[in-house]
Amino acid sequence: MGKRTIIPFGPQHPVLPEPVHLDLVIEDEKVVEAIPSIGFIHRGLEKLVEKKEYTEMVYVIERICGICSFGHGWGYCGAVENAMGIQIPERAEAMRTIWHELSRLHSHLLWLGLLADGFGFDSLFMHCWRIRETILDILEETTGGRVIFSVCKVGGIRKDVDNDYLKGIVEKLHAIEDDIRSLTTVFMNDTSVKNRLCGVGVLSKEEALDLCTVGPMARASGIELDMRVGTPSYQKLGFEPIVRTEGDCYARCAVRIGEIFQSIELIEKAVEEMPDGPIEVAVKGNVEGEATFRLEQPRGGAFYYAKGFEKGTKFLERMRVRTPTNMNIPAMTKMLQGCDLADVPMIVLTIDPCISCTER
Amino acid sequence: MSYITKSPWIIHYDGSSCNGCDIEVLACLTPMYDVERFGIINTGNPKHADVFLVTGSVNEQNKNVVKQIYEQMPEPKVVVAVGICANNGGIFKECYNIQGGVDTVIPVDCYVPGCAARPEAIIDGVVKGLGILAEKREKLRQEQLAAKSGAKAAPQAMPVLDDPAEAKEEEA
Repeated sequence: MGKRTIIPFGPQHPVLPEPVHLDLVIEDEKVVEAIPSIGFIHRGLEKLVEKKEYTEMVYVIERICGICSFGHGWGYCGAVENAMGIQIPERAEAMRTIWHELSRLHSHLLWLGLLADGFGFDSLFMHCWRIRETILDILEETTGGRVIFSVCKVGGIRKDVDNDYLKGIVEKLHAIEDDIRSLTTVFMNDTSVKNRLCGVGVLSKEEALDLCTVGPMARASGIELDMRVGTPSYQKLGFEPIVRTEGDCYARCAVRIGEIFQSIELIEKAVEEMPDGPIEVAVKGNVEGEATFRLEQPRGGAFYYAKGFEKGTKFLERMRVRTPTNMNIPAMTKMLQGCDLADVPMIVLTIDPCISCTER
Repeated sequence: MSYITKSPWIIHYDGSSCNGCDIEVLACLTPMYDVERFGIINTGNPKHADVFLVTGSVNEQNKNVVKQIYEQMPEPKVVVAVGICANNGGIFKECYNIQGGVDTVIPVDCYVPGCAARPEAIIDGVVKGLGILAEKREKLRQEQLAAKSGAKAAPQAMPVLDDPAEAKEEEA
C-alpha cells in the first residue's frame, strides 16, 4: 500500500488533441480514482438560437464538432423538420446517409490513427491518416469542404451529386479497402498492439448498462444498441449492428474496424438503391411546437431537441443536443479505477473522446 | 525559403475550437501534406517548442492554460492563431463564454483565417511565422551581443568620457 498521489492529466497533453483534465489519484502505479473536470471548450452555442434564425443555426450546430459535423447538421435539421412536419425527399435522405457514413469512415480512421499514436506506433498513425485523405477528397469533391460541409439544410440538402459520380465514389472506396484491411490486420493481430489493448479497461455488460454507455463503447460490451437500427433509411439497406462481448480496449477497436468495412458496404448499397427525384422541399413558415431526432454518430447515439415559440417566430425557443461522449465519460472514470498509470492514455482514447461535442 | 535552416517544432493547443482546425493541423503533419519531412514535429512539451499553434478562441477557463504554455516556451517564439475562432471568435463570437481571439491573452504573430482553416493555409501561416521567428532570433542575438560588448566596453568607456573634446560634444 503506497502513498496516494494526485497526477494531473491534461488539459494540454500529448495524446489529447483536445483539452480535458483528469486528476488521477494513484497508489504506486495503480490508479485508484480518476476525477474528470471539463469545461475548457464550453462555448454555450445552444444559447445562440436566440440570436440566429432557425435556418442559419445549421451552420452553428455543424460547428459543435469538426469530426462529426455532418451528423450534427443532419440531427438539427431532422429535429426542426419533425417539428414543422416536413417530409424530406427520398433522394435527400439517401444522400444524407451516404455523407454520414463517409464521415463515420473518416472519423474511425482518424481515431485508429490517434490510437496508434497513443501506443507509440507512429508509422501506423501515418498510414491511417494517409488513407483518410482519400475519404476527405471524396467529401471535398461532393460537398466543397474537408471537415465542415454545410450541405444539410432544413428541408433537404444543398447539393446534388449525379449517379455516375456516386458509382465512382464506390469504386474509390473499393480501391482503398485492401489498404484499410492490411492496416487493420496490424491492429487486430500484431502482438505488441494486442499487448496494449487486450484485457485493458474491461467494462462488463452490466456496468455498461448501468453507466448508460452508447455507441461502440456499448457495442463492445455486448449491448446491441445502435440508433441506425430504427432508422428507415438504414433499415432499407439491411443494417445490422456489430457487437463484441469482451468489453476491453481490443473489442472497442474491433467494433470500430468492423464499422469501417460496414460503412463501405452501406454506401455501396445506398448508391445502388439511390432513388431519383428532388433533393429539397420548400420550407415556409416558422417552427411551432417541439420535436426530437435520434442519430447514430461515429461515437454513439446522439439526441436532438428543438422547440419553437408558441406563436412562431424565426427563432427557436430552445435547442438541445445530447452527445455521445458525454454519456461515455462516467464509464471512462469507472474503467480508469484500478488500471495501470501507463494504460490511462489507452483507456481515455478508446472511448473516442470528443470534448467539443461534450461541452459545446 | 532559405530561412528553414533549422527544424522548428510546434506545439498545438485547442482553445475552444470545434476540432475542425485541430484535425487539419494534424493533417499537415501526416503523409498528404507531410511537413515532418522538413523536421517540423508536433511536440507535447512547451519547453521544446518554437511555434505555438492555437486553435479556437479563449474563455475564462482556458486563458490561463494558453498563457502558461506561452510563458513556458523558450525565446524566441512565434504564435500562430489558426482558424477564424482563434482570430476573433468567428461564428461563436456572440456566445456568452467566448472572450474573443487569442490575441486578447497573448501576442499573436500570424493569423490564419478559415473555418476550418485548410492545411495549405496553416502551412502558409507557419512558414510566415518561421520568417518572423528568424527575425526574432536575429534580434535576440543582436541584443545578446550588445549586452556582452556593453559589459566589456563599460570599463573602457570611462577614460574616453574623460576626454575633454568628447565631453564638450556631449554637452553640446
